[in-house]
Amino acid sequence: MSLPIQFFTDNFNITVADIEKLLAVALSRGGDYADLYFEHSVLSNLSLDEQLIKSANRAISQGVGVRVISGERTGYAYCDEINPEAIRTAAITAAHIANSTADVAPVNVTAHDTPRNLYHVANPASEESLANKIEMLTRADRTARAYDPRIRQVQASLVDEYKVILIATSEGLLIGDFQPLVRMNVSCIADDDGNLQAGRTGGGGRAGLDVFVDQRSPEQFATAAARQAIVQLDAIEAPAGTMEVVLGPGWPGILLHEAVGHGLESDFNRKGTSAFSGMIGQKVASELCTIIDDGTIEGRRGSLNIDDEGHASSRTVLIENGILRGYLQDHLSASLTKAQQTGNGRRESYQCLPMPRMTNTFMLSGQDSPEDVIASVKRGLYAVNFGGGQVDITNGKFVFSTSEAYLIEDGKITAPVKGATLIGHGPSALTKVTAVGHDLALDQGVGLCGKSGQSVPVGVGLPTIKISEMTVGGTKG
Amino acid sequence: MEITQALLSDIVHSALKRGATEAEVIALESNEFSVDIRLGEVETLEESASRGLGLRVIYEGRQASASTSDIQEKSLEKLVADAVEMARYTSVDEAAVLPSREELLRESETDLQLYDEAIAALPTERKIEIAQACEAAARTYDPRITNSEGARCSTTLGKMLLVTSSGFTGEYRGSNCGLMVAPIARDGDQMQLGGWGDRQRWLSKLDSPEEIGNEAARRALDKLGARKIATQEVPIVFDASMAAELLSSLFEAVSGESVFRRASFLVGKLDEMIAAPALTVIDDGCLPGAVGSRPFDGEGLPTRRTAVIENGVLRSYLLNTYTARKLGLRSTANAMRGLTGAPSVGVTNFYIAAGETPPEEIIASVKNGFYVTEQIGFGFNPVTGDYSRGASGRWIENGRLTSAVEEVTIAGNFREILRGIEMIGNDLRFRGNLAAPTLKINKMMVSGD
Repeated sequence: MSLPIQFFTDNFNITVADIEKLLAVALSRGGDYADLYFEHSVLSNLSLDEQLIKSANRAISQGVGVRVISGERTGYAYCDEINPEAIRTAAITAAHIANSTADVAPVNVTAHDTPRNLYHVANPASEESLANKIEMLTRADRTARAYDPRIRQVQASLVDEYKVILIATSEGLLIGDFQPLVRMNVSCIADDDGNLQAGRTGGGGRAGLDVFVDQRSPEQFATAAARQAIVQLDAIEAPAGTMEVVLGPGWPGILLHEAVGHGLESDFNRKGTSAFSGMIGQKVASELCTIIDDGTIEGRRGSLNIDDEGHASSRTVLIENGILRGYLQDHLSASLTKAQQTGNGRRESYQCLPMPRMTNTFMLSGQDSPEDVIASVKRGLYAVNFGGGQVDITNGKFVFSTSEAYLIEDGKITAPVKGATLIGHGPSALTKVTAVGHDLALDQGVGLCGKSGQSVPVGVGLPTIKISEMTVGGTKG
Repeated sequence: MEITQALLSDIVHSALKRGATEAEVIALESNEFSVDIRLGEVETLEESASRGLGLRVIYEGRQASASTSDIQEKSLEKLVADAVEMARYTSVDEAAVLPSREELLRESETDLQLYDEAIAALPTERKIEIAQACEAAARTYDPRITNSEGARCSTTLGKMLLVTSSGFTGEYRGSNCGLMVAPIARDGDQMQLGGWGDRQRWLSKLDSPEEIGNEAARRALDKLGARKIATQEVPIVFDASMAAELLSSLFEAVSGESVFRRASFLVGKLDEMIAAPALTVIDDGCLPGAVGSRPFDGEGLPTRRTAVIENGVLRSYLLNTYTARKLGLRSTANAMRGLTGAPSVGVTNFYIAAGETPPEEIIASVKNGFYVTEQIGFGFNPVTGDYSRGASGRWIENGRLTSAVEEVTIAGNFREILRGIEMIGNDLRFRGNLAAPTLKINKMMVSGD
């Protein structure tokens, strides 16, 4: 495969010499650091609804962001046109953040290869025929409808993105990446004589369409969504109050994302605004908990060869046997706090500044058998699927909402319950983890994380765990 | 290349020439500026101009769309070729049509006051001063305000152009300015963030930096000393900002997209009493100077005022052309268009009509209850109406606000929440495009210890 610089040279006539000149313009009023972020992305979206392929869309988005850092100050500007004149205008705007008149040394950049390739794609999804994709959606629709006659609505969608990025920094780095991403979603509505319930599922990764087989086949997604909707037809009121909670493996790892992940992003900690600020080395979870953020897992939705600042992604131990070990860094926070880069500087697009963000965040397996964990609960909640979550970084309060959960009574899983929000306090919630299963699973690949208005794809993972007390926001007191 | 109506017309013609039966082109242009101030200093300064084009085509009843941020001639040719090619693969969908010539906006009679020259003329230095003044007001409000996530002043100047093969040509420009701040209060080991802000089309309508800073500081301080409380069912008072958040949930249930798929608890409830008789909910795209106002919607239909709930009765869903046809109704001109995809349904200015009771009287009416000033999470299911979210605020005892409460949830079903509205405040004010006055609900489950 050719280098990303070649892509921008071939398509937009951008040369290394142009890039060096533009970096010099960015630093023309001084500043400690400047970078250029080139991006070209093609996003295709196909959707089935009411058994019709109702829409096919393709969006091409391209541009260049210019950033200048001077101390703790950042100037940023971008342009949609990829040509030296447009980028130069953006660079002059971004340069205004600094105001020294010192002569600027010339900037030289050297092209680097990515340290590894985590995306093995034989055929990019963007090159597959529409007919192939339509057939996959049709299979999902057929499977969901065949699951139960009470399934009345099925929506299925297939989204694929192919992004080429190129980062050039005043420190001399020139590096880029070709980033594929595919996602399939299925949602169903069950209607039992006016009792309406929804079920939804999906998955994908940094892969081609060939990822949609076995556990991630259209049939599996469709069956899971239909089953969830049908199960909810019998859901009773969720309990209200504090009780034992068992989380199933996989997507319930959103607990970690909300309870600790965001609070360990270095920007909040550098500023002292996180509930975890200054807690490195302290106990923030039970000794059963080791929590990792790992951007280097092959083909996962949250994985990256390099982050959006050109640093290699890495595996960062956040919490080791209950002790807080590390934060997730971007360039700015790592530089200001003299910390080591972790490769977590990410951005939604060339229109946005990078920030410290998670990649794939999960807890390592423990020793317990999932059956024993459930059997040990007298009265509690067993939650296996969730919608979204959110956190207040400063006071540490976080929530995540169940989409499929059951009562546990006398060690047995009994009735399904309606969706309820669980709430806890990040620095203490995981101290109440009293059992960790040996069944770590990563989610199927649909996570989207929002921060300051920017969305980036992420992954989560969890083994079965028991939390001795957590507040469940049901309606039955 | 400049984006003009003539350029858009050329693209429409080129799509028709390639075989499209109908075509619609949208262009969005914007100039965005923002400055972040933290602890008195400039933290980031962002300034950019961006634009993009989107084309939707219908080919013998089949729909597809393409968009691009690159408007060179070669890219525009590809845009047309892509859209027309994809439309050969999608299904015939009888509801996928452009609005008819008769329905389209011909000329706008009223000036909606969408563009404020004062925002366009505001120099960078002044925006920095505004954000600095706002953060300073928050930080000096009380010695317990010890830190800050910063203040942001942002402005957007935008332009939207729409040209369709059914004969519509229109454009409008709009301005927007926002100011927000997030100070942090500390007491012992406890830290609390208080966020507050305002967003308006006109600079003169924006709350002053001092008002915003003071309110944010008060909100942070009010959270200090917060504790969990026992699980119990009590009356809930939503402050005006939280009552406005209830409207986002209500919107999901009245949006034509949910209704035609039967994915809403309000399916089949038109002209039925679904809420307390005192409740009236309006969507009005024609309010002069308001953030959500616009002369025409994403399909070129003239915007209007729609009573969604009138004295407790569900009067209308919010619809675009597609969802209206699916339901055998007429569009309410709520089509929203991004660059890509078919138009969705969105709100313009969506609000709960003000009542007559001052908020203090509403609080005074509660013997034992919960005054909710913040919520987190996404625990609303429009299909069933089940609602469960994290909440914080103050406890009400004998009509007075007492200690701060956090780490609890509030839950109920939206059917009962709407019917259980007991009092409506007189404090309606738009800060963005969703607005509501203080609301009292007769009871919801509070889950804590």
